Amino acid sequence: MRLELVPRTDVPGYARTLAPLGAIVAAILIGGLVVALLGRSPAAALDVYFVQPLSESWGLQELAVKMLPLVLIAVGLSFCFRANLWNIGAEGQFVAGAVAGAMVPLATHGMEAGPWVVVVALVLGTLGGALYALIPAFLRVTLGVSEILTSLMLVYVAQLGLDWLVRGPWRDPKGFNFPQTVVFEPGAQLPMLMEAGRLHAGAGLAVIAVLATWFIFSRTLFGFGIRVSGEAPKAARFAGFDANRLVLIAFAVSGGLAGLAGIVEVTGQIGQLKPSISPGYGFTAIIVAFLGRLHPVGILFGAFVISLTVIGGENAQILLKLPLDLTTVFQGVLLMCVLAADALVSNRVRIVRTARA
Amino acid sequence: MRHILKLAGALALAAGLAAPAAAQEKLKIGFIYVGPVGDHGWSYQHDQGRKAIEAAFPGKVETTYVESVPEADSDRSIEQLARTGHKLIFTTSFGFMEPTLKVAAKYPNVMFEHATGYKRAKNVATYSGRFHEGRYVQGVIAGKMTKSNIIGYVGAYPIPEVVAGINAFMLGAQSVNPNVKVKIVWANTWFDPGKEGDAAKALLAQGADIITQHTDSPAPLQQAEAAGKFAFGQASDMIRFAPKGQLTAIIDDWAPYYVERTRAMLEGKWQSHDVWDGLAKGKVKMAPYTNMPDDVKKLALETEEAIKTGKLDPFKCPVLDQDGKQVECKGKGALSDPQILSMNFYVKGIDDKLPK
Amino acid sequence: MGMTEAVLLTVIAAAVPLLLAALGEVVVERAGVLNLGIEGMMAVGASCGFAAATLSGSTTVGIVAAVAAGVALSAVFALLTLGFAANQVASGLALTIMGLGLSGLIGAGFVGRTREAVGRLDVPGLTDLPAVGPLLFGHDPFVYGAAALTLGIAYFLKRSHPGLVLRSIGENHVSAHALGLPVLRVRVLAVLFGGACAGLAGAYLSLVYTPFWSPGMTAGRGWIALALVVFASWRPLRAAAGALVFGGATVLQLHAQAASLGLPSQALSALPYLATVVALVVMSIGRGRTSAVPGSLGVPFVPDR
Repeated sequence: MRLELVPRTDVPGYARTLAPLGAIVAAILIGGLVVALLGRSPAAALDVYFVQPLSESWGLQELAVKMLPLVLIAVGLSFCFRANLWNIGAEGQFVAGAVAGAMVPLATHGMEAGPWVVVVALVLGTLGGALYALIPAFLRVTLGVSEILTSLMLVYVAQLGLDWLVRGPWRDPKGFNFPQTVVFEPGAQLPMLMEAGRLHAGAGLAVIAVLATWFIFSRTLFGFGIRVSGEAPKAARFAGFDANRLVLIAFAVSGGLAGLAGIVEVTGQIGQLKPSISPGYGFTAIIVAFLGRLHPVGILFGAFVISLTVIGGENAQILLKLPLDLTTVFQGVLLMCVLAADALVSNRVRIVRTARA
Repeated sequence: MRHILKLAGALALAAGLAAPAAAQEKLKIGFIYVGPVGDHGWSYQHDQGRKAIEAAFPGKVETTYVESVPEADSDRSIEQLARTGHKLIFTTSFGFMEPTLKVAAKYPNVMFEHATGYKRAKNVATYSGRFHEGRYVQGVIAGKMTKSNIIGYVGAYPIPEVVAGINAFMLGAQSVNPNVKVKIVWANTWFDPGKEGDAAKALLAQGADIITQHTDSPAPLQQAEAAGKFAFGQASDMIRFAPKGQLTAIIDDWAPYYVERTRAMLEGKWQSHDVWDGLAKGKVKMAPYTNMPDDVKKLALETEEAIKTGKLDPFKCPVLDQDGKQVECKGKGALSDPQILSMNFYVKGIDDKLPK
Repeated sequence: MGMTEAVLLTVIAAAVPLLLAALGEVVVERAGVLNLGIEGMMAVGASCGFAAATLSGSTTVGIVAAVAAGVALSAVFALLTLGFAANQVASGLALTIMGLGLSGLIGAGFVGRTREAVGRLDVPGLTDLPAVGPLLFGHDPFVYGAAALTLGIAYFLKRSHPGLVLRSIGENHVSAHALGLPVLRVRVLAVLFGGACAGLAGAYLSLVYTPFWSPGMTAGRGWIALALVVFASWRPLRAAAGALVFGGATVLQLHAQAASLGLPSQALSALPYLATVVALVVMSIGRGRTSAVPGSLGVPFVPDR
């Protein structure tokens, strides 16, 4: 006996939309069974995990805050991944952007400089991330060095660099020598969008990034070039696209958006530099990008699923006292269900009884 | 409209007006841990403290914890505890300082306790342990026990707490052995058993015959044991990881403090404060002195007792820095607490450079 | 035992878990599948290995359990990516998430337990030889296992017929399928083998390297192993060299610190990562610009009908 995949022809659009929902229902059934076996109420778990975060302003804002860096990074990564470039160093570019951008609020601290500080910080942060991403891109273009390895290794280098800065030169002089910078002045932080809650102006940037990416891929020659160079490199060359230039630009865009995410997180959420400024957003964004099939709208969905499982998992720990590891496993199961459903929309699985050679 | 109602509801909850049903029931206490409860180190010990609360007030309290909370994304978890009726919240790592203060400002009727920080508010207290006292005792033992006069020190990060620990250790060692040397390796991680073990191996290969550590896993201790050398346990009694190698261990015992603060909450007497106590109050404890001759054990017990009674201060003046210059003495005959809390220099005899 | 030998022994010990996991992934990727779930499979291997060894009192049982756990987890991956043709990158990352959670659940009851490290296999007479004795004959069984596995896989890929089949499937699954080669079956086996290797690497961590279990003890080694596969241009012997370079830089920076060179410890800690990049750059200069990436890597295979 074996499985055989049969490609489905003309999959209706609604099926692609409904499949992930079906997957979530399947995951809920699996999770509910486990919760019931543990002697807890599956209904309560469902409420705490999926309903509460989505039914209150607080929960929705937190969801958006959590999605924000993931969306920015993943949208950027879609440029690389669509061109078949393996940038797995977004985490490092995130840190590089945060460091480059934070120079402004730190240099102007105590000067009551005004809101231009945060604008300049965002620009510098984007540039910092882009430049850091250009290192692996440049090594690939000039020497043919694999970008998978270099981009990943540079993550660790960036993290250690940040660590050195906040323990050494950038340390808050009044902070009892603890590893952290000063807390940025209010003028150097992104404004909040709502009175109660933590949703900040960075959300606007994420929306712009999503729309711009959608426009670039669907309407511009450059977006077309990226797609062709990923799907059919030879055709791209015949069509006159400069492969090296595309590599550099894709990495710069990707790193720039990761860097922007970094400085947005620092000026909008954390308010200072610390040894650790990301719970692995740069890596999580990779799964977000692929969950969303590298499409900007899909990426919104991917970030939504991931963020919901993180927040739901936390709620389950707090309100139901379920262990973290259990919620982590459920997150994995849910993601796998979504991926399987997505694949099964495109292909039908047939069970074949007798094996052919 | 519904959104506005919900928002108003949330605000009312924030002000402590709503949820009357929950308020009269058990006191809900929340904990935020930086690591997994199973790290057998820092977070594990805090969780032992949480369990002690449950044991001390059966039926009166309900405790909740969130583990492995990333320091960069902790606001939400802390706030969710506050939103869900937890009235006393312990945030147990330095990196939670700013998030704790931010959330505390929004929830004035919820009391917060932040470990190892220095910023307080009306509803934010701080607490920590004088772990360097235990390190002084370890230094005395190590100074007596070493044959090569080289002691290996595996540090996590050069933060003041770790630096003060190294200095106290060195001063203790020097008090019994003027020729002792301390070699330091920074693992640049609190928890990576493999790397911590490798750091210990490197120190052993460079002649150290006693290993001490300020990282969380038992790996350095195990390596010392495997090499037939001695070492000290960290955060909890780790004797089962090195029955022949552990000399003693510093035990972080948060239980008495947590129980005391819970009682204060139940009696309505909770107030913000800054508490930093050590061996005397039992927040820092020494595991049994093992694998050493009787005279060393006696000396260790005497040193511990002297610190407990206040006869001995690990940082009694004069303290000389690396260049042999006398450090300004801001306390009474010893360095002041702020000086120790922000310690950013090595004492004389330590052969390493601090990042400036 | 001299200083140099002590350093080299530490380097080898640090390299073994990286090498074991990387070897498995070399085979997986050579078959054209990208499994990013190494970290998760390694973590489950570590907890299952320790749990089984503690419960049974036998290291062998622990190793078998770790391998079985790695295989089981990779089977889930195989079902998703090969059975359903789901996206490999995302499935691998989801596998890591699930693996880290499972590892915590399995290991929860074993926190704080301890057991004897797996001993060295001393060869009487030979281990005591000056200089080379301990280096050649003073290791734990995993080290010899890793060395044998390296040579075995190198031979399998380069010289054996099944190895040739596997490589051609990885290079171009469409032509391989057209030639009648069993694309999916070979890939499933390769993925399961990769899972076994990752599980074994996990067992090394919790049974030999630091004989206890604790959550998060893999500490990112699965990711380094992935990078080593690329570093090695998908070749087993080079993977061994890469693991030694990386392990060596890790250990040497610790020694450099113990010898107090006065450099910031962060700069020294960054050394292994930089060294790996520099080594790859140097190799690229010599090699020119030929790509060694298996042609069908990461592309789902759905046969045309």
